[in-house]
Amino acid sequence: MSNLLEVNKVIKQYGDYVALNEVSLTVPKGSIYGLLGPNGAGKTSLIRIINQITLPDSGEIILDGEKLQPKHVQYIGYLPEERGLYTSMKVGEQCLYLAQMKGLSKSEATKQLNYWFDRLGIQGWWNKKIQELSKGMAQKIQFVVCVLHKPKLLIFDEPFSGFDPVNANIIKDEILALRDEGATIIFSTHRMESVEELCDHIALIHKSNKLIEGKLDTVKREYKTNSFEVGILSSNVEQLMYALTQKFTVSPANFKSLNNELKLAVQIGNATPNELLNILTQQGQVTHFVEKIPTVNDIFIQAVSQ
Amino acid sequence: MSIISLIIKREFVAKVRNKSFIVMTFLSPLLFVAIIAFIAYLSSMKADTKEIAIHDESGLFVKEFTTKNKDDDAYKYIDLSTTAVNALKDSITKERYEGLLIIPQSSEISDLETKIQFVSNSSPSIVFIEQIQKTVANKITKINLYKANLDTLAIQNAQSKVNISLAKASGEQSVKGVNEIKIAIGGGFGYLIMMFIIIYGNMVMRSVIEEKTNRIIEIIISSVKPFQLMIGKIIGTSLAGILQFFIWAVIGLSIMFAASMFFGVNVGSATKMPPELMSEAQMQITNTAQLYITELWNLPIATILIGFVVYFIGGYFLYSSFYAAIGAAVDNQTDSQQFLIPIIMPLMLSVYVGFFSVINDPHGTIAVVFSMIPLTSPIVMLMRIPFGVPLWQIAISVTLLFATFFAVVWFAAKIYRVGILMYGKKPSWKELYRWLKYTG
Repeated sequence: MSNLLEVNKVIKQYGDYVALNEVSLTVPKGSIYGLLGPNGAGKTSLIRIINQITLPDSGEIILDGEKLQPKHVQYIGYLPEERGLYTSMKVGEQCLYLAQMKGLSKSEATKQLNYWFDRLGIQGWWNKKIQELSKGMAQKIQFVVCVLHKPKLLIFDEPFSGFDPVNANIIKDEILALRDEGATIIFSTHRMESVEELCDHIALIHKSNKLIEGKLDTVKREYKTNSFEVGILSSNVEQLMYALTQKFTVSPANFKSLNNELKLAVQIGNATPNELLNILTQQGQVTHFVEKIPTVNDIFIQAVSQ
Repeated sequence: MSIISLIIKREFVAKVRNKSFIVMTFLSPLLFVAIIAFIAYLSSMKADTKEIAIHDESGLFVKEFTTKNKDDDAYKYIDLSTTAVNALKDSITKERYEGLLIIPQSSEISDLETKIQFVSNSSPSIVFIEQIQKTVANKITKINLYKANLDTLAIQNAQSKVNISLAKASGEQSVKGVNEIKIAIGGGFGYLIMMFIIIYGNMVMRSVIEEKTNRIIEIIISSVKPFQLMIGKIIGTSLAGILQFFIWAVIGLSIMFAASMFFGVNVGSATKMPPELMSEAQMQITNTAQLYITELWNLPIATILIGFVVYFIGGYFLYSSFYAAIGAAVDNQTDSQQFLIPIIMPLMLSVYVGFFSVINDPHGTIAVVFSMIPLTSPIVMLMRIPFGVPLWQIAISVTLLFATFFAVVWFAAKIYRVGILMYGKKPSWKELYRWLKYTG
């Protein structure tokens, strides 16, 4: 079984509004799966269906080879975008309560909680009330609640919002560690740089439909435009430009460099990079030659605006 | 531990640890005692005696007023028949006297029936006016009888006072006034249910709203079913409520016990009197008291207590489900008002029906119908039970109550499930109806 989660043709309607239109996803085991999409695309609806908070109108969900059923709640850890805890309850008690609801025994929950509090260095918070903690501190507690019962599938909805850079880094490292321990992670976010950094698979949902899905590098390969960024020191710019525009589409480029060279973006179409290099080396000194790989941000914007 | 009992435990602990709960639990009995003491103090104070001027030109009635009402502290009548009416009216405007009763001279005594005037700046109470009318009417009747040459004394002797004693077919003697005791017992239990529903139903609602505003709801219902959460919340809150009532009962009983110890000394000294000095009246009081006690023991105590428990559970659960659904539908407490009115109405109605219809005719149509309708039956039926209700009526009423309860819990759970995930919208009734039709 290589896929932990399979979503098959899920439809969800609220009245006349279609929130999910035959959406299918495949989340491989051990992956960090980025679920992307603009606001109101249907991400939260899908996440709620996976968490069995709501039911789909049609379609099915397979978790670890079994049809999704109530007992599966203990295999899933969920960090919702809207964070919240009982403000007047003590941290330790609250975590134990929420862990027990996920099916952990009290002693097991205490053991796990001690482990995590030690690991994050927050043992002293045990008897504090949530209302005495800062927002970032409460977020940390929420993260612990989410992972306490060692879920196979972790669903993080905007996990870094509300964290300062130091704590965001701590959480990022914890997420990677959890992946290394065998957990599968679904990661819903707008922050493309963290997707770039963490995810190995992505899916893009837009207006209730899935637009893109796949391994991150496969998707990038699909979306690359065969463009190169070129820096060249040339004595005869006019001749260079003439030679290039004969074969390729050329536009000015902008990148950081130490030399005062000519900066160009060249789209080579079906030609090979070597053909471009040949022309360049004939005309001057090449200082910069990089294939333009689309960022997730580019892909996102391109797919959504299509 | 099963999930529901886990939720019940958390809700219970959260309620009981709440500072306002602790304060209320121990302050309420004190407040209650203080209010009773205050009322007792107020009623022990004497009201000011009001002076009423009488200007009786006929001279027939003034004696009736000045002599008859000597015991009455509230009003004092002053004979000012010789003073001019206008001067007297002036003194009324100057508020020297509370009121002025003008009885004109008249040749025909029957003319007076309509010609007597009472002048006052403030509007007098109906009771007071009736008292004056009665005094005047009695005097006129006496004069009429005298004129007709009838022996007033003989008539007085011929009048009789009837005192019907109540008895049951089983032959036991009954006492009058026992109906009041019955309505007091039934009413007390009914009132208790109403208070419990309003106080703890509101607590359920607040706790639902709290989870919504905290946004913890999403985490919780990713682990448990909304229905489990709702039921756990209702039961947990009610247990906290029962604990509070239990503490109140214990405090109340200890205060009563302390009070009876205190007053017990006085009673003891009174009974030390030699029996022959005990007046017949006292003997009679003891007898009546015994009768009351037997009458109380003859009440269907078991039915009342079982009925109380059954109707308490049914009624409280029914209404709390409404409260939970409302809490789920709104974002804050101010928005809940429009939905709360239809809940409070049947509760108020049942108390009114109880105190007006049941006391008049415990087995009349209105009382019977309202003791069947599930929203009012917990209170109305409890008020009827002390009067003896046929078992089949209780059976129908309880069946209806629990059938409705299950239906309402089902509906409430649907609204709850949709509502807890809805933010920022103030729903209308129409919207709630749409939520009922959602499948997911």
